Amino acid sequence: MMNIENLKFNYNGKPVLNGINVDIREGEILGILGQNGCGKTTLLKNLNKNLVPDSGCVILDDNNLEEMSKKEIARSIAVVPQTNEIRFAFTVRDIVSMGRMPFMGTFDGESSKDVDIINDAMEKTGISTFSDRYINTMSGGERQRVIIARALVQNPKILLMDEPTLHLDINTQFDVLDLISQLSKENKLTVVIVSHDLSMVARYCDRVMLIKDHEVYAIGTLDEVLTPDNMDTVFGVDAELITDIKTGKRTVFLHGSTKRL
Amino acid sequence: MKPRKEHTRALIAIAFLTIVTIVIILLDLSWANWPLSISQVIDVLMGGGSSVNRTIVMTINLPRVVMGIFVGAGLAVSGAVMQAMFRNPMASPYILGLSNGAALGAALGMVTTIPLIPVAIAVPALAFIVCFATVMLVYMLSRVGGNIQIETLLLSGIAVSALLSALVSLLTFLSSQDQMEQIVFWTMGSLSKATWSNLMFVVPVISMGIILMATLSKELNAMMLGDAHAMDLGVDIRKVRIILLIFSTLVIAAAVSFVGVIGFVGLIIPHIVRLVVGPNNRILIPVSAFAGATYLVMCDYIAHSMYTITGVLPIGIITAIVGGPYFIYLLRKRKREVGWN
Repeated sequence: MMNIENLKFNYNGKPVLNGINVDIREGEILGILGQNGCGKTTLLKNLNKNLVPDSGCVILDDNNLEEMSKKEIARSIAVVPQTNEIRFAFTVRDIVSMGRMPFMGTFDGESSKDVDIINDAMEKTGISTFSDRYINTMSGGERQRVIIARALVQNPKILLMDEPTLHLDINTQFDVLDLISQLSKENKLTVVIVSHDLSMVARYCDRVMLIKDHEVYAIGTLDEVLTPDNMDTVFGVDAELITDIKTGKRTVFLHGSTKRL
Repeated sequence: MKPRKEHTRALIAIAFLTIVTIVIILLDLSWANWPLSISQVIDVLMGGGSSVNRTIVMTINLPRVVMGIFVGAGLAVSGAVMQAMFRNPMASPYILGLSNGAALGAALGMVTTIPLIPVAIAVPALAFIVCFATVMLVYMLSRVGGNIQIETLLLSGIAVSALLSALVSLLTFLSSQDQMEQIVFWTMGSLSKATWSNLMFVVPVISMGIILMATLSKELNAMMLGDAHAMDLGVDIRKVRIILLIFSTLVIAAAVSFVGVIGFVGLIIPHIVRLVVGPNNRILIPVSAFAGATYLVMCDYIAHSMYTITGVLPIGIITAIVGGPYFIYLLRKRKREVGWN
């Protein structure tokens, strides 16, 4: 589906990504974990050409991203960023409909097909009832649903999420990721989530990738990657991957730090 | 599907502005240095009227009104585009140094004589060139590794603007009494010198600029959410930003080089329109064009109607005196709705 081949990216002469190789599989939810500054967000930005790799490449279904325009890329890859403030009084409907931009020419208005797609996405994300509300009056969790709806409207093969729950209330974090997990299953949507929340990744991801010192440290299933040794080396924590008895879901239990300042 | 609230509001706003514009245009057409009645104006427009009245309306007043319409529309649309593009409520045609650039060019044209080129051409030509050069300079100054930081752009605009303003003051100080008056008057703005031949340049440049900026409305909407959002939606923001900067500068340079500095239109009209029709640029840009045109012609009418008390006032004074307090009221009363939290 998407292959990242020996991707290198430097910022001001310093390597941020030092030869990344990953195959992202269709329909999976892949979690990318690492400490602050390890390069995980930079990697995500390279996956839709918001940043251009210095060497190596990203192949999406046999097409090299480098040869595709931003607009073409936005027809296959959608992004849900960290929740952030939108200062303007756009309505929810306005924001969601922006997801059709990559498919529209300069003078095109919304076709009836566009309208159907927009309504459908708002239905799926549970925001139909507030389509007329202003985005700058909404809570972080509501805003994140709107952005997810906008991403769905792009009809993407891959959804990239950068710390999608960072500024959300705890219960809302579950809401948002439950929604993503459900959408991924229903639509065979491939999802890549960058996070530093070990337990959220353990709960929702099919595979995990650890980045340390600008390189892939480990990639594989939860059990292969989230071992106590790896979590100690990469995060400096004493932690273990467990199964929550009440829900049957995987999670990471943190006993404490293994590093002393 | 039920009609959307914004669309209904935009239609009402446009209908309202059309009626107001027609009335204001008729009123403004009736004023030069002596007033005609509206029925006399209508007579002339219908092809009748005395030859004196025909001269007043068609040769003196109409070019001024047409200039007001296009300059007002151009300033308002450029302001709307800059506020959206830089996501900054202070962004206006003037913050990037445009007005002081044009003023320096115009002042140079007034104090120097260039062989073979009459002053009537040298002044707007130099204003236009220096204005454009200023923006390019500001833009270069704020490039950091191929990227434009919005804060740096605004700051270098303010810095360059202050420098240019000092140079204008210096020229004014050094010039003769007569030239000094010209420069000061120019920096207060006036539509009175508009002629049909000026308009042959101003009208096509401004209309083309407005239309081209309007075609990028969708991209601008995305950019209002943030650069990352826009890129994720497939917008080549670097390209779009350069195109918008060039066209907004062209439009403003074309406008100010003939009429002088007219402040406030580019700042407040887009804010007021955004309050009424919302931030969607597909609606905001055309309504701003309408509102800017109406506002400037109205200010011109007020400037003329003060004739018996003060003489015809420079229009830049009126745009600020009328617009300033209203804008302050909006800021106080409807802070949140102005859309900049």
